[in-house]
Amino acid sequence: MDLFEKFGPLLAQRDQLTAIGSLPFGLRMDRVLSPTEAIINGREVILAGTNNYLGLTFHPDCIEAANEAVLAEGTGTTGSRMANGTYALHRALEQDLADFMGVRGAIIFTTGYQANLGVLSALAGAGDYILIDADSHASIYDGCRLSDATIIRFRHNDAEDLDRRLHRLDGDGSNKLIVVEGIYSMLGDRAPLAEIVRVKRAHNAYLLVDEAHSLGVLGENGRGLAEEAGVEDDVDLVVGTFSKSLAAIGGFCTSNHPNLDALRFASRAYIFSASSSPASVASVRATLRVMQSSPELRTQLAGNAQALHDGLSALGLAICAPVSPVIAVKIDDRDLAIMMWNQLLDAGVYVNLAIPPGTPNALSLLRCSVSAAHSAAQIDTICETFAEVGRAAGLVPAG
Amino acid sequence: MSNTTSQPGPAAPGALLEKIYELLAPLNKANIPLSADTDIAADLEIDSVSVMDLVMTIEDVYDIMIPINRLSEVRTVGDLAETVQALIGKE
Repeated sequence: MDLFEKFGPLLAQRDQLTAIGSLPFGLRMDRVLSPTEAIINGREVILAGTNNYLGLTFHPDCIEAANEAVLAEGTGTTGSRMANGTYALHRALEQDLADFMGVRGAIIFTTGYQANLGVLSALAGAGDYILIDADSHASIYDGCRLSDATIIRFRHNDAEDLDRRLHRLDGDGSNKLIVVEGIYSMLGDRAPLAEIVRVKRAHNAYLLVDEAHSLGVLGENGRGLAEEAGVEDDVDLVVGTFSKSLAAIGGFCTSNHPNLDALRFASRAYIFSASSSPASVASVRATLRVMQSSPELRTQLAGNAQALHDGLSALGLAICAPVSPVIAVKIDDRDLAIMMWNQLLDAGVYVNLAIPPGTPNALSLLRCSVSAAHSAAQIDTICETFAEVGRAAGLVPAG
Repeated sequence: MSNTTSQPGPAAPGALLEKIYELLAPLNKANIPLSADTDIAADLEIDSVSVMDLVMTIEDVYDIMIPINRLSEVRTVGDLAETVQALIGKE
């Protein structure tokens, strides 16, 4: 018997989808030219699906910081912090993050996925409950799966539904941890955080907000949805990533809890992962400084998001959420979504293709993410290309 | 029949099973005849997210909690009914 036999249906599905058109899994960026351009299939393409919200991947300060770090401290740390030692740079970034978020402590992880995995699996134990939004990211689901807690799902962005589910737990004396996201990565909608906080208080629960897609994007200082909603004091833990606005790789957790450091001894994703490389950590420190000293990046990003949202809406395309840097166009037919994704790419625009079961409510999406680095001309080109491809698909009325 | 470990657990009452059939109907695109032995993923081709959505509805119908941890061992419609029955019994 073949160990890989179980993948038969999966591979059959891959083949069936590939027959309709190329798939993102096979895509290769031959050369990345800038935060918003790359060479793909020998053609210059506008990148509108990279989550590079502030467009800082090529910022000279960040590149210089990474260069200096790699020259001074080498290419990798070759081990975990627990076993092989913490670098001064790791500690410095944790201090920067705590200062930026205005809280007592921060712990960094090697990827954003591991931040959720490491925090949730360690923090919630036997007898505790985790209540997660139904549309949570896979890293939240997987973190829950690794924890010994009891996991309850509530309806997406529905504070009343959360309230009803918490009500079933009232009086049992257990710890309850609510997990929501600032901006949901697939649809681009925000958690109704003020309402969630009211429910959290009423049931004496803890609240963790994953600001992966909202850090650097929302709030006067870019601290995320909790800052924008004015409820930072009610958020017990924030999880975030370095791989979006902060333009590198890694993740973090910040909190005011005096014992946040306990996670360093309990979180297996932290204990057993090699630590972030010096170049990555140094670039994140620099990016964090650029982000704080350049609030105009957020204004530029918001303007670009509005322009793309307006442009695509004007074509009559169905967009899943109000304006945010994640703009997901709903396509009713999965196969049509695959064809349109290919046509957009062939015409010079790279977006994300999202199809079931990776999407909520079995939606098929052409998901765009906007960057502060997109020029007005690039936003226009993205809209024009959607118009062409949409017309060919019969989704956009002829010109 | 002796009650060995290879036997299924106590059968869920018919009303509960009927309710689950009713809730499954909109997801049963190919109109496969439903029984307690129907495999939710293999026979009905319902993905895990849809199963979790169905479970939320069942939670509200019976005002119970069905932790998603409990779903890892649910394969058939009968398994689901038994899980729900056990949780109703606990309330």
